[in-house]
Amino acid sequence: MFDISPTEWTAVLLSLRVAVVATLVATPIGIAVAWILARSRFWGKPFVDALIYLPLVLPPVVTGYLLLLTFGKRGLVGAWLYDHLGIVFAFRWTGAALACGVMSFPLLVRPIRLSIEAIDRRLEQAASTLGASPWKVFVTVTLPLALPGILAGMVLGFAKAIGEFGATITFVSNIPGETQTISSAIYSLISTPDGDAAALRLMIVSIVIAMAALVASEVFARRATRRLHGN
Amino acid sequence: MLRVDVTKQLGDFSIDVAFASEGRVTGLFGASGAGKTSLVSMIAGLLAPDRGVISVDGEMLDDTAQRLHVAAHRRRIGYVFQDARLFPHLDVRRNLDYGRRMNRLTRDAALETRLNEMLHIGHLGDRRPGQLSGGERQRVALGRALLAQPRLLLLDEPLGSLDDERKAEILPYLIRLRDESGVPMVYVSHDADELRQLASHVVMLKRGRVAAFGGVDILPA
Repeated sequence: MFDISPTEWTAVLLSLRVAVVATLVATPIGIAVAWILARSRFWGKPFVDALIYLPLVLPPVVTGYLLLLTFGKRGLVGAWLYDHLGIVFAFRWTGAALACGVMSFPLLVRPIRLSIEAIDRRLEQAASTLGASPWKVFVTVTLPLALPGILAGMVLGFAKAIGEFGATITFVSNIPGETQTISSAIYSLISTPDGDAAALRLMIVSIVIAMAALVASEVFARRATRRLHGN
Repeated sequence: MLRVDVTKQLGDFSIDVAFASEGRVTGLFGASGAGKTSLVSMIAGLLAPDRGVISVDGEMLDDTAQRLHVAAHRRRIGYVFQDARLFPHLDVRRNLDYGRRMNRLTRDAALETRLNEMLHIGHLGDRRPGQLSGGERQRVALGRALLAQPRLLLLDEPLGSLDDERKAEILPYLIRLRDESGVPMVYVSHDADELRQLASHVVMLKRGRVAAFGGVDILPA
């Protein structure tokens, strides 16, 4: 039962790679966006807010198709990236990472934003009277105090990325070894005769990964919170 | 020498204050709501005046006519808040060292030893702010502000959140700092007795205006 075949392993490793890359690339962007949403007021902010949460409520197929239209080789952004930087997203694992990053972005941003909003800004004032420039205040006070939220966001984002299916398969299809993640491999297997055992194995693997991520996040969050409460 | 001549509108409340003080400790005296905290926030650079000038030792920090507003982190003005505001994610040692690191000052072992001794905080180094008593927290906040080597120290009701016993415990430290640290101070309080013991000059504020300026003899009995 537990001989995981090379194709299945490929799908597992690819899923991990896609989710890790998506999370790591999205995190700094998510922190910046969360900070802007938490701290600044500007015209059109409700619109930006809605845009970020859009992937959460849109059917994933729609998001995937929009990605294909935008980042496909002939898409508005995709063509430019291909011509100028040689970067291709369509039907590549990088495209899967992009789809996962976009789909998990709202889940990543929300906890970070909440934790930044919860920071006592008087501590930041104290830091500036001690000679810290705005950037240093951000790095030495805001970021460490927002750490529990950042970790929570990363774990949620990672969990979403590893399970993402609809947008990924629409945007980059289901190519074994290139874009076939655990989800799309399971989808293929359960629609193939005799694929049940393999599908079951992959399901167990995905449950293990999800559990490990959740337990790790709980441990991190608890440790970070204890640190922040100053005792 | 501290020179302040500012106006600021804050909702329904307005501040219109002018004074110049040579004193080692300038007391800002007034009931709550008199504008004391807004005024020290302006001196610290956390709040910009609508109009006017603020200068320390002849250096302009605010001059609205010249559109000058030096940012708080470039003023080298220390600020001790009523609620200490120690960084909860750093231990006492790192809290104390914060200003030195941010200002890229070289470590001054003599100053550290002197302050540790003066404020009696040397043994607290490994503790977290959450593990300190109110009085200890306030002493660490004083040390943290002074280790950044400010040219002026603002103290906004530093005893305000302490009970009488703790106040009596911290007051001698403040008197020592006044006499030995060599840093001029602005001391905000609504307690005439406190200012009588600490201040050399007193600015009495009422509803955002200077009601009186002079020695400690202008304080109500």
